[in-house]
Amino acid sequence: MALLQISEPGQSLDPHQRRVAVGIDLGTTHSLVAAVRHGVSECLPAADGRVILPSVVRYLDPQQGGAGRQIGFEALAAQVQDPANTISSVKRLMGRTRAQVADVDKLSYSVVEDNGMAVVETVAGRKTPMEVSAEILATLRFRAEDSFDDELFGAVITVPAYFDDAQRQATKDAAQLAGINVLRLINEPTAAAIAYGLDNGSEGIYAIYDLGGGTFDISILRLTRGVFEVMATGGDSALGGDDYDQALAAWVLSQQGVTAEDLTPSERAALHAQARRCKESLSSQDVVRFDTQIGGRTLTQSITPAQFEACTTALTVRTMTAVRKVLRDARIAKEDVKGVVMVGGSTRMPVIRRTVGEFFGQEPLTNLNPDEVVALGAAIQANALAGNSRDGDLLLLDVIPLSLGIETMGGLVERIVPRNSPIPTALAQDFTTYQDGQTALALHVVQGERDLVADCRSLARFTLRGIPPMAAGAARIRVSFTVDADGLLSVSAKEQGSGVQASIDVKPAYGLSDEQIAAMLKDSFATAQQDMQARALVEARVDAERMIAATRSALSADAYLLEPAELAAIEVLIADLAQTLTSTDAATVEAATQALAKGTEAFAALRMNRGIQQALAGKKLEEV
Amino acid sequence: MNLQSTDFEIFGITPAFALDRDALDARWKDLQREAHPDRFAASDAQAQRLAMQWSVRINEAYQRLKDPLRRAAYLCELNGVPVEAENNTAMPTAFLMQQMQWREELEEAHGSEALERMADEVAAAHREKLQALQHTADELRDYAALAQQVRALMFVERFARDVENRLDQLGQ
Repeated sequence: MALLQISEPGQSLDPHQRRVAVGIDLGTTHSLVAAVRHGVSECLPAADGRVILPSVVRYLDPQQGGAGRQIGFEALAAQVQDPANTISSVKRLMGRTRAQVADVDKLSYSVVEDNGMAVVETVAGRKTPMEVSAEILATLRFRAEDSFDDELFGAVITVPAYFDDAQRQATKDAAQLAGINVLRLINEPTAAAIAYGLDNGSEGIYAIYDLGGGTFDISILRLTRGVFEVMATGGDSALGGDDYDQALAAWVLSQQGVTAEDLTPSERAALHAQARRCKESLSSQDVVRFDTQIGGRTLTQSITPAQFEACTTALTVRTMTAVRKVLRDARIAKEDVKGVVMVGGSTRMPVIRRTVGEFFGQEPLTNLNPDEVVALGAAIQANALAGNSRDGDLLLLDVIPLSLGIETMGGLVERIVPRNSPIPTALAQDFTTYQDGQTALALHVVQGERDLVADCRSLARFTLRGIPPMAAGAARIRVSFTVDADGLLSVSAKEQGSGVQASIDVKPAYGLSDEQIAAMLKDSFATAQQDMQARALVEARVDAERMIAATRSALSADAYLLEPAELAAIEVLIADLAQTLTSTDAATVEAATQALAKGTEAFAALRMNRGIQQALAGKKLEEV
Repeated sequence: MNLQSTDFEIFGITPAFALDRDALDARWKDLQREAHPDRFAASDAQAQRLAMQWSVRINEAYQRLKDPLRRAAYLCELNGVPVEAENNTAMPTAFLMQQMQWREELEEAHGSEALERMADEVAAAHREKLQALQHTADELRDYAALAQQVRALMFVERFARDVENRLDQLGQ
């Protein structure tokens, strides 16, 4: 496939080869799945016709003979009755330690620290945020597979632009647990821009103001001829509509002279449900009545929009501070912004629309459903990434939201990748030993904008081993930090003098190891019921066939780049692979596919280099 | 054309300090359109790795070329006069005097007005130095002198960042 795409980018597949690719918006309060059908991106409904899936999972008591768990509306309905085992807003826990979760004590379920992760204590045992998210993702995956009556090829999953490496990794782990092939993690505001940009054929600089249930993002994008270039991004990964509910609930309690500590978990859940309902009603009504039962008595409070705005103003101000900062980062003035796109259910609040409109001096764009727009954009990108799309013109150029650095002497941070650098990106840094005969070196990678390690997010500790013993300062260890197109970091190291590849022990401050994921998959998980082996064989055969087709196509176009002996060697590998297609052993097929991939590496590199050259040549002709 | 080509070669431009920023941006997008890993998301691991290497290399070249100071330093390096800022801190006395004066002014500046005035002054000095730099690079082609000017400009940029940080602190 790769070889084919170099010569003919954007070429679409035959209809029968169409792959099912979806966009998934894994939200704090609710999630959606969308796909491109007949050229149009649309959200896929559940059997009952609803497209929204509340991001709520309830675990049932195994002792009671409970059948595991409830997901979505069913779980949401049980929240007041069974708050301790009904997990909502789990996105807030993703990639976090317990101490990092804002207002962790106000949650109606119990969060404990386990191995550096915030996990939820339920009647069915401890659940990691990835497991809970995987339940939601698996539900959406099955919905998509039912809609198309076909297996899912892959998904684009959206994350808040301001998510750090640990939060992104946790999201990817969750998808893996749900048996989903992640084509790409993309940023929510970028996904929204795709949905808007393609609909309106827009050009110019746009601001995307995305206030979701639990996260806030502000991104500045430049749109030119199908290229979505993120100029800068910022926000707050712990600020959202939930906080408006909390603030309103706190205000009502203070008006009624009740202290929050006196509430039972059930009362707390009911209070927040009521606060959310009132907030939503205030978007269209002049006054609403807040009713809740506390300690056996009914509290009643009437609320006007002005009162609501007053008790949440600090939150709105926080979003606008981030807006100003991101404009500075993008080095543009607010007058340069051609349009402001509103994303996320929380932007339905009139106070948000008014504040944003006044700041930018223009009416914000609200013509697409703010709940659906992220999933719709993700689906368009998924369709393009899967090779289904005829218009191969769509290109996302995104950035890393937070600087990456390493710890140096005295607990200071040395910045190696500044925030808002375009991704993918890589940076190499040389280190040396400070003792004679030193054979190991420890590195600590952090993410954030502050100068002190203690103020940044710890991502991983690496230990390089196997450095050849030398005098102090003689070793030159080049450590390469790579941030891929998903915004995820990987690290490799090499001693320059001897060429020894130092081995790296990664101790992620967060995330799951491959072994942990494998173990979890074995557990009573939705995906484990499938026959993994049969699936592996089918996938291996599909890959092999694709590889053969791509190689043949590349050869028919560019065989002249090869010497006769090189060409013959590749032909042999193709024949070998074709022969293994009848094998029932996935590993045999994979090995032959690998051999062909390895054998065509140099050829692929030649073609890639030529592709780049042609891109330049084409440009030069235009200029003449 | 390969991964070892210079930044200028990759962007198809003649090595010089003067540069058309709009053309550079457009070229960057054209190149990423060819090489970005998204173009190969449905391909095999090998193609994805190649695309990743190229995409990273293009971004590296773009980041270096679009920043005037880094571009000038790169020109020095290509012409055999690496800037080596860490080992080479000798500066003309007049320049050092001005730096000290700025530092003192920054320490004494408290209101946003004073800080804004400093920021403007530093920005003007920055522009002036960039023009001198262009003359040295593209007219005189004196790369030893260019390296010296690059080192001086690094001080100016660091100072500009310090002023900006102070302004940011006021803004909070």
